[in-house]
Amino acid sequence: MTQFLGAVAGGVGLGSIYALLALGFVIIYKSMRVISFAQPAFMLAGAVLVSYLSPSIGFVPAVVVGAIAIAGVALVVERVAIRPMVGKAVFVIAIITIGIDIIVRVVAGAFIGRDPRQVGDPWGIDAWEVGGVYIAHRHIAAFLVTSVLVIALFAFFRWTPIGLAMRASALDQEAAMAQGVSVGAVFAVSWALAGGLAAVAGVFAASGRTMDQNLWHIALAALPVIILGGLDSLGGAVLGGLLIGVAQQVVASYHREWFPGLDTNIGSITPYLVMLVVLLVRPYGLFGTKEVERV
Amino acid sequence: MTPWGRPELYTAYKQDMALLNTRSKMLGVAAILVVAALMPLMVADDLLIILGNGLVLAIGALGLNLVTGYAGQVSLGHAFFVGVGAYTAAVMAGDPDGRYLGLGIDFMPAWLLGAGLVAAACGALVAPLATRLRGLYLAVVTLGLVFIGQYFFFEWNEMSGGSQVGREAAKPELLGIEFTVDNGFKGGWTEEQKLYWLFLAILVVAAVAARNIARSRIGRAFAAIRDRDVAAGVMGVNLTRYKVIAFTLSSFYAGVAGSLMFSAFGHFTPESFSLLMSVQFIAIVLIGGVATVSGTIMGAMLIALLPRLASELPAFLPFLSDSATEHPNIFEFEQVAYGVLIVAFLLFEPRGLFGVWHRVRTYWKSFPFSY
Repeated sequence: MTQFLGAVAGGVGLGSIYALLALGFVIIYKSMRVISFAQPAFMLAGAVLVSYLSPSIGFVPAVVVGAIAIAGVALVVERVAIRPMVGKAVFVIAIITIGIDIIVRVVAGAFIGRDPRQVGDPWGIDAWEVGGVYIAHRHIAAFLVTSVLVIALFAFFRWTPIGLAMRASALDQEAAMAQGVSVGAVFAVSWALAGGLAAVAGVFAASGRTMDQNLWHIALAALPVIILGGLDSLGGAVLGGLLIGVAQQVVASYHREWFPGLDTNIGSITPYLVMLVVLLVRPYGLFGTKEVERV
Repeated sequence: MTPWGRPELYTAYKQDMALLNTRSKMLGVAAILVVAALMPLMVADDLLIILGNGLVLAIGALGLNLVTGYAGQVSLGHAFFVGVGAYTAAVMAGDPDGRYLGLGIDFMPAWLLGAGLVAAACGALVAPLATRLRGLYLAVVTLGLVFIGQYFFFEWNEMSGGSQVGREAAKPELLGIEFTVDNGFKGGWTEEQKLYWLFLAILVVAAVAARNIARSRIGRAFAAIRDRDVAAGVMGVNLTRYKVIAFTLSSFYAGVAGSLMFSAFGHFTPESFSLLMSVQFIAIVLIGGVATVSGTIMGAMLIALLPRLASELPAFLPFLSDSATEHPNIFEFEQVAYGVLIVAFLLFEPRGLFGVWHRVRTYWKSFPFSY
């Protein structure tokens, strides 16, 4: 039981990271109907930037500055490479984001360097022990920060004018434009939000370990999350993130007992396997809008 | 005899449908073939091995172009099918008494077809899932396929040799010619020359087949699905059937390419079949030209030459290092160049290298008038 609870605690921490990333994917999807494959790069870039900033200005300011800076990078990318393509086939835009991902990721990766880098988080690998269950501080922190950000985001969409504009243009871009919504601003804000969220997620993904080039694989595992939750559902992204995170950690923890014949831990591909099963049953995810289209 | 004509001037339906529809194109293709065939006599072996690699990449990219370019189904899972092909060939040609799984079938056409067929079978297995999904859902699922596939390659040690260890690739051998044996020192052909000719021959067959698929009933169905699947379905195109065909054909090409990809180096590890390889194939298709055969081959050659071009750069750009431990280095430059090429081509020349050629051709067609 303690093993299970420990895995769940770790899973919630991992799931919070997935939720942050997935929210970014969903926000961009809702505004442009495109999956941005550039999220992994923004996440890595955010973590690397924070690792450079935190020794001089402290961890929390570094995270804030890092998130804003990456949001700025995302804004520039959107303006330069994505905006000219609006209206073209979504697949073309998705491939452009793959190209951007490669560029940003390699440039950010070059700054990792040879020496082990850390984001300078205060938690490290400390943990509380509650009834034999170890709960890492960084997982609690990830969960709390994610909760705050999710509440702030939902409030942002609910009560601010630009949030209303984003909801309107997600429903129907032309109708929103006719009502005076600047759809271009909506695109820009959604990319900036996604970039900032990815940067924060990157910090938590990199906490408690040294930075390496493979950090971006975590962000790829957030793709099954949005498929599970439904591409256009913010709540689905959060819930799907937590579900996938817990499932992955539980499988990773029980790997030895459940699959004694397999050497490599199957936890790493659990998100993709869960995604395949869900898609076979519900092709539009748990909370996604079903497209009515019959052939 | 086809008339000389101009590009896209067709005087008969039969000519419009022909494989080589104008005489200039016929002569052009013949000239390119002759130059390509004579290349091993003119070019040094180290460059030849890169060109040969480009030919193999072109075979695989033709497959991706069938499913993504012609049929419009985005697949990020191409690396998985390439891997299936590579391992099938290695197992079929492998030594039965060796350390890893082997069936001892040395006959090259057997393992070449076997690799293609097993990969095609995997493609046909994945296809039903793909037909339920559209657009970006499909892209994400095929991305998952790469990770799941790589897990199996890592895990099945008897077949793959395991992570970072790997196994021998299949050695091409036909009619007593051992393609991977170097006879250069005793006046014969070198390994690079023989492999280049082998790859060229297979690519020509693959390219003609792809062109013929594209201009047949299947190709027209693909194009209809790509342009609007609902409209295609209304007009009586069986969507499920043609999507399955697209995935199966594409995987066949990927399998054949995989079986040949490592024969020059002789050894490969499961790490090769990562998402980066899939992206490389996507880059080839997009840089070369979506839904064109000639463009795909041009793109593959460009991508294959990219590492070589990058390695020449430190001479001109002193801040680039050729050591992997220093930054910025040529390996990073090469990666960034992929990204920049993809983005730049999609923004400025969506038809890829084929589009560049098209512009040149149009310029000379209407010379001296620029319109």
